[in-house]
Amino acid sequence: MKIILNGEPRVVQAMTLTDLLTECGLTGRVATAVNEEFVASSLRMSCRLKDGDRVEVLSPMQGG
Amino acid sequence: MKDFYGTQLPNALMLGTAQYPSPAILEQAFRASGASVATVSLRRESGAGQAFWQMIRDLGVTVLPNTAGCHTVKEAVTTAQMAREVFDTKWIKLELIGHTDSLQPDVFQLVEAARILTEDGFRVFPYTTDDLIVGERLLEAGCEVLMPWGAPIGSGRGLSNTYALRAMRAAFPDVPLVIDAGIGVPSHAAQAMELGYDAVLLNTAVARAGDPVEMARAMALAIEAGQRAYQADPIEQRDMAEPSTPVIGKAFLS
Repeated sequence: MKIILNGEPRVVQAMTLTDLLTECGLTGRVATAVNEEFVASSLRMSCRLKDGDRVEVLSPMQGG
Repeated sequence: MKDFYGTQLPNALMLGTAQYPSPAILEQAFRASGASVATVSLRRESGAGQAFWQMIRDLGVTVLPNTAGCHTVKEAVTTAQMAREVFDTKWIKLELIGHTDSLQPDVFQLVEAARILTEDGFRVFPYTTDDLIVGERLLEAGCEVLMPWGAPIGSGRGLSNTYALRAMRAAFPDVPLVIDAGIGVPSHAAQAMELGYDAVLLNTAVARAGDPVEMARAMALAIEAGQRAYQADPIEQRDMAEPSTPVIGKAFLS
């Protein structure tokens, strides 16, 4: 299916958020949001993706 | 020193982690200054985040994630929720930017987001202006710390309105107050502490200095000097001179 991952269009096999992270190699310490809503790590397995979903995967970064 | 949501910090320097010439210099700046808090953020995963996080953990400092760049309540709240999970802390430096040129806080949205986050269990550190009424509203919303700006972020202009900052200190004697943003040189940081502020949060002044490590150390020393000076109860300013050498007993020689 087609999704938007961190602003980039992607075609992926994954059906859940957990599978998406694995498929895209995003295995580090990250936080996730789907369609602008936070998805806790404990809910990623049950978070089913659908065509057109906008997924954000964020990681620690420098900040002021 | 006042505690911040029950946490006693070993010193009053909160240091940002952005804009350093290299990760090694960032690390040295923290070690040289002994900064007690590191501000961090969340950005789209690019591969560099994991090493950065490991380095911050190894510093052993308290981590304060921010919501930098957020312009709406919704965006800030979602960012805070994501930061809480990644950094495993309830502390959040709440930034709600009103203008892209001045990076001035949108205090109306700030109060609303502070209320939502406090009700959700966050410990909110609001980046605000020096407006007293906004300060009151933030406290009513559940904030137990206020972080007024000294000057716009990254401007290095020092404390633009010491009158307002002094009034804020007087209005909220028991609230931990942090000068956040606008510091350019150590004397600005010392001045903030001389006004009785509890901490100073700065980033650009250190990270963009020619020698960030030496500047970090200079900031730490200035903050300690200002803090000691405040505790030592400075004299009042006068308009006229007052001789410091005793007049009585002066020889009559003219």
